Amino acid sequence: MSTPVKAPKPGPQAAKAQPATPKAPKPGPPHQSTPAAAPVLTGAQAVVKALEELGVEAVFGIPGGTILPAYDPLLDSVKVRHVLVRHEQGAGHAAAGYAQATGKVGVCMATSGPGATNLVTPLADAHMDSVPVVAITGQVVSTAIGTDAFQEADIVGITMPITKHSYLIRDAAEIPRVLAEAFHVAATGRPGPVLVDIPKDILNTPAPFVWPPRMDLPGYKPTTQPHGKQIREAAALIAESRRPVLYVGGGVVKAGAHAELLELAELTGAPVITTLMARGAFPDSHEQHLGMPGMHGTVPAVHSLQKADLIVALGARFDDRVTGKLDTFAPEAKIVHVDIDPAEIGKNREADVPIVGDCKAALAAMVEAYADPGRERLKAWWETLNDLRERYPLGWTDIDDGLTSPQYVIKRLGELAEEGTIWTTGVGQHQMWASQFIAYEHPGTFLNSGGLGTMGYAVPAAMGAKLGRMDRPVWAIDGDGCFQMTNQELATCAIEGIPIKVAVINNGNLGMVRQWQTLFYGQRYSNTDLGTHHSEDSPRVPDFVKLAEALGCVGLRCDTVDEVDEVIRQANAIDDRPVVVDFTVGPDAMVWPMVPAGVSNDEILYARDVRPNFDDEESI
Amino acid sequence: MSIHTLSVLVENKPGVLARVAALFSRRGFNIDSLAVGETEHPGVSRITIVVDVEVGSLEQVTKQLNKLIHVLKIVELEADSSVQRELLLVKVRAEAATRSQVVAAANLFKARSVDVTPDTVTFEVTGNSDKIESFLEVLEPFGIKELVQSGTVALGRGAKSMASLSRYVTPS
Repeated sequence: MSTPVKAPKPGPQAAKAQPATPKAPKPGPPHQSTPAAAPVLTGAQAVVKALEELGVEAVFGIPGGTILPAYDPLLDSVKVRHVLVRHEQGAGHAAAGYAQATGKVGVCMATSGPGATNLVTPLADAHMDSVPVVAITGQVVSTAIGTDAFQEADIVGITMPITKHSYLIRDAAEIPRVLAEAFHVAATGRPGPVLVDIPKDILNTPAPFVWPPRMDLPGYKPTTQPHGKQIREAAALIAESRRPVLYVGGGVVKAGAHAELLELAELTGAPVITTLMARGAFPDSHEQHLGMPGMHGTVPAVHSLQKADLIVALGARFDDRVTGKLDTFAPEAKIVHVDIDPAEIGKNREADVPIVGDCKAALAAMVEAYADPGRERLKAWWETLNDLRERYPLGWTDIDDGLTSPQYVIKRLGELAEEGTIWTTGVGQHQMWASQFIAYEHPGTFLNSGGLGTMGYAVPAAMGAKLGRMDRPVWAIDGDGCFQMTNQELATCAIEGIPIKVAVINNGNLGMVRQWQTLFYGQRYSNTDLGTHHSEDSPRVPDFVKLAEALGCVGLRCDTVDEVDEVIRQANAIDDRPVVVDFTVGPDAMVWPMVPAGVSNDEILYARDVRPNFDDEESI
Repeated sequence: MSIHTLSVLVENKPGVLARVAALFSRRGFNIDSLAVGETEHPGVSRITIVVDVEVGSLEQVTKQLNKLIHVLKIVELEADSSVQRELLLVKVRAEAATRSQVVAAANLFKARSVDVTPDTVTFEVTGNSDKIESFLEVLEPFGIKELVQSGTVALGRGAKSMASLSRYVTPS
């Protein structure tokens, strides 16, 4: 085809994907061996066409100077829906929420410079939590790169340590291949974010569009099939152990391995604990489930790790929030560590049986290899754990301040929600309570920022999750601090018809920081009062009900404990608009149990100054 | 802590060195020396990295490096089963009175003079780091004006090569 001024829309024949059997390609870069039928598209058209071919249904983003060319063909795409967010951070978290709710790759788009740097936080977040996200950013024209041009930022350089991989495209003909690779890298192995940076002149350059492109990733071969010998060794260790525990991490959710996990758990009779990233991977209602481990884990879950003689870590990474002080963590346990990322194995805790592979494959193989020696050997272990479960259940004591307990609000939200509701949270006390007091029965129903701990995650992630799962109610449980970081996306939700529900657990403070100030800083409350509570000398700033209304949402308020159920029912009944409920709750509630930072898990406190009594542990 | 030499084959793509260097600094590993160059295949470069780490950390370094998409293969080259060389250029004070001693010392180390002035001689010498160090010790009394040293480059001994690069290069 010869230099079209405006590249033509590909005809039906041309649009058909080329079969994957190339006819003896000539030497040279792939685009020189293009079949004659390949249509010529501008870089911008190629981006949109490639997204369509990759099955992308939604892109979250904001246009700007350098990405502008890509937005023109996007206007005509019937397959790809663009959601115009209000801040690029919202686009990134929305893409992550979409990805986690659907299991597909989430996509966000931004312009160069500040647009791209606003994606840094959500990319770091997705990197820490292994969420498949592809970010497409505009870049200044190729000849201006490096000159400190207007809205120039070296986003590939900036995001190098927080992406799984990144690309700066230098030739328009590379676009189909690079996007195909970006999606492949993001979604396979240990998932993660991939950034594709495209200079504006490349978006305007015509080049043949070859699809499917030939991916060129000679150095990328994730190991998915576990080693048979290691699996047999792991199965034998489980059969021998008297105090085993299955320590389940986010990898089980990513691998879709919940059915295999249930099978192995029931086959072995071993207790199961689910980390913050794995809530829902194993049903909370199952009698073998001990809850969440870690800094705010349950007493039986934390104790099970400390006293185990065998920990089977499944897609988990021995994070410091789980292990507490590492050199006193699980002193008697042998470790079977299953992870698709070899670098996680042995990183924090040496593994006795390392298994590199996909959790689904590994769990299925372990089920196959396991020979049950009977449950008698686990009897004493279960007696100990059941006793702890009975004596130290999750709970709270109401504080006599005339205000509703935040834990109660969250518990009722969970109890009154429809089956299959998807939950997102911000970061802090409300996040921990949402993990503790809502029962999760299915994987992918609890989305939060686990590794990076990003305040402001809840609202945009809920928006992305809802767009991906319009059939499900989506509740964002947020704090008054978190909510003020990203609530602008409610405007997006209102205008785009994405009816999420937001529960602002409004304690008037940066609650988790305040809790630490109460416990470790002599109750000196430095800069934690946000002023979102009404008092005699000041109004609520902001008034979240008015704010919600200004953003096109329904705003509801719940000031007393008697109104909680009624207000939740009202919110649950609205499905045509976003709803925000401002739950006024007391500022002094604290998250318990707690393993203070930097100490041994053995020092877990059930409540303030209350150490669990582990006296009868000798009987194990 | 101990010294290890890693030979890393990478795709010769823009930014690959930055990725490797950034990974070391982010994970808190120390690079003693680094040398990069093309291999027998123009699409593939070899980075020779000398690191000073504990054995457990070395495994982490290797695993983290392997996660970089552009990294094709990593081998640790042990001192006794590989040839390891550095290049040194050193400018030494060598006036009439000392010149013959300086040149004699250089000859012992098989150093070559590559630039001569009435007051100085510049030598070129290759060898492992022990040899380079000894040479510098011998020259020290004469007065070293300046020097530059390359990173270590290394190849395994024997007939085998580290990898068949054709495995990694897409036929085009």
